Amino acid sequence: MLARALWLGLRVPLGGPRGFTSKTDPQGSGRITAEVIEHLERLALVDFGSREAVARLEKAIAFADRLRAVDTDGVEPMESVLEDRCLYLRSDNVVEGNCADELLQNSHRVVEEYFVAPPGNIPLPKLDEQEPFPHS
Amino acid sequence: MAAPMLRWGCRGRRWALACVDGGSCHRRGAPTGSTSNRIRGQSSVAQQPLHTAQKPRKGEHKWAAVVGLEIHAQISSNSKLFSGSQVRFSAPPNSLVSFFDASLPGTLPVLNRRCVEAAVMTGLALNCHINKKSLFDRKHYFYADLPAGYQITQHRLPIAVNGSLTYGISAGKECGQVIPKMVRVKQIQLEQDSGKSLHDDLRSQTLIDLNRAEGQLRVDANISVHHPGEPLGVRTEVKNLNSIRFLAKAIDYEIQRQISELENGGEILNETRSFHEKLGCTVSMRDKEAKQDYRFMPEPNLPPLLLYDATSLPTGADPQQVINIDQIRETLPELPSVTRERLVQQYGMLPEHSFTLLNEVGLLEFFQNVMKETRAEPKKVTSWVLNIFLGYLKQENLAVSESPVTPSALAELLDLLDSRTISSSAAKQVFEELWKREGKTPGQIVSEKQLELMQDRGALEQFCYSVMKDHPQVVMDVKKGNPRAINKLIGLVRKATLNRADPAVIKEILEKQLSS
Repeated sequence: MLARALWLGLRVPLGGPRGFTSKTDPQGSGRITAEVIEHLERLALVDFGSREAVARLEKAIAFADRLRAVDTDGVEPMESVLEDRCLYLRSDNVVEGNCADELLQNSHRVVEEYFVAPPGNIPLPKLDEQEPFPHS
Repeated sequence: MAAPMLRWGCRGRRWALACVDGGSCHRRGAPTGSTSNRIRGQSSVAQQPLHTAQKPRKGEHKWAAVVGLEIHAQISSNSKLFSGSQVRFSAPPNSLVSFFDASLPGTLPVLNRRCVEAAVMTGLALNCHINKKSLFDRKHYFYADLPAGYQITQHRLPIAVNGSLTYGISAGKECGQVIPKMVRVKQIQLEQDSGKSLHDDLRSQTLIDLNRAEGQLRVDANISVHHPGEPLGVRTEVKNLNSIRFLAKAIDYEIQRQISELENGGEILNETRSFHEKLGCTVSMRDKEAKQDYRFMPEPNLPPLLLYDATSLPTGADPQQVINIDQIRETLPELPSVTRERLVQQYGMLPEHSFTLLNEVGLLEFFQNVMKETRAEPKKVTSWVLNIFLGYLKQENLAVSESPVTPSALAELLDLLDSRTISSSAAKQVFEELWKREGKTPGQIVSEKQLELMQDRGALEQFCYSVMKDHPQVVMDVKKGNPRAINKLIGLVRKATLNRADPAVIKEILEKQLSS
């Protein structure tokens, strides 16, 4: 969604060994390889699903790369927009919990007050096993 | 670790992570898929080789192993690190879980003040530099016991860094000498814990309890080898270490495995390995999904954690909302290294004695109570407490609190010895009697068994004279210069006096009588 809103008036800088794009395509046209998409899909469990989505991603990266044009030498990075706020310290008292019944109702499967999950992480199918872009 | 481990954890519990290393450090959080160059860049240079291969083979170069320990310790508190649910051991599953702990959308972490204080105390006890500003980050990975999909930790800027811990290791069983050692503490960080997973292989499912994770103290070891002077080698992480003994075994095994592998031309993979207790070896845990990228990002819901000291404390601030490092430092009890130093200075004891006194629960207090009530010299008291008293305890596998001999009883006994009312061997006899729990005082035992030393010097001289008269050939041997002969005479006098004479005094009298 962010990418769609932003690419309306974008000038994509071509070439230049900057940012993410440099690893993905030697021609500098901002293409992202299938391996990188697969890696991102596993990491974040998102489904890029279509070429359009990948293109959107490429444009988003290109947009963000423009930050490198700014000279930030000697400038402390901002870690958080909350950096001027006070971090609230809570007293060490017990004030919540004891709502197992309520919480367990959220779970599809429950066994004796335990949430039930699959035995381990189910690996995503490998790249060659997948159908390329099932919903284009 | 110096951090007290008093209570079990619950889901979302606070864990202070101490990264302890004996040489170079292996920073926590480096994903298994990352390149070793990045890890090297982050770690400090190895300075202390911990282990060298016994037989240099190919290349004849010595190997140095570098070990970093990652220690997870639970903080003792009433409620969790980021939520107000209770911390309790053995509660029904998911009963100590709040909406935040269950990662329901819209919930936010709220930092527990007590946990911050505990982390600062730990940092101070371990001689760390306390960062007045520290940050929270998210470490992302997918697992059923981590419903949020990330763990809140302190990756970039933890609460304490660059500490050290001194400890002692025994040089040998015989001499009882203790060698002081120091290990560096790279950092201490506050972080959430994940829930607990129970694997049900029969039904091919995992049961999740978000109350707590397993164990109050967990250690993972990071190990690499290299030739001194060369860059650090690729490290492996070894998990599933359930005791100090297995920790040592696993590290030894892994060092040898890496050395063999490299000497045979192989390479070490940056991977996670599990320690197999029965086989005594480490096994690779790699699977198809080996690439692990935690995608660290700042925790957007928590501002930086700011700590103050006496000089920087903001005026008019709510005391509940500020943490004063200096104030916390004042609440620290006397640290072991300081106590040991004080014992050495105050009582003139050897450093290894101070280690022994502190390593046994309650022993120091026992010793100090005896010292309070006795006139005997500190060295005497030390010797009796560490050798005889501790020896008896160990023989019956008793704790100091279970001792049948009280500090007062031992003090009374040592007074009798000090005043030369009884001999050293008689004192040991009395101690053995005291150990029988018959409720008698040392004084009572001494009089019952007639263990008092003869005080009448004249009578003793008489005994010596008659023994010498009855054994002229032994007297001849002594006069001839046989060193053992006098001991025989002493033995005879002791027998004659029913062991109620001080052997040293006997010797003195005999020598005087022989020379005249």
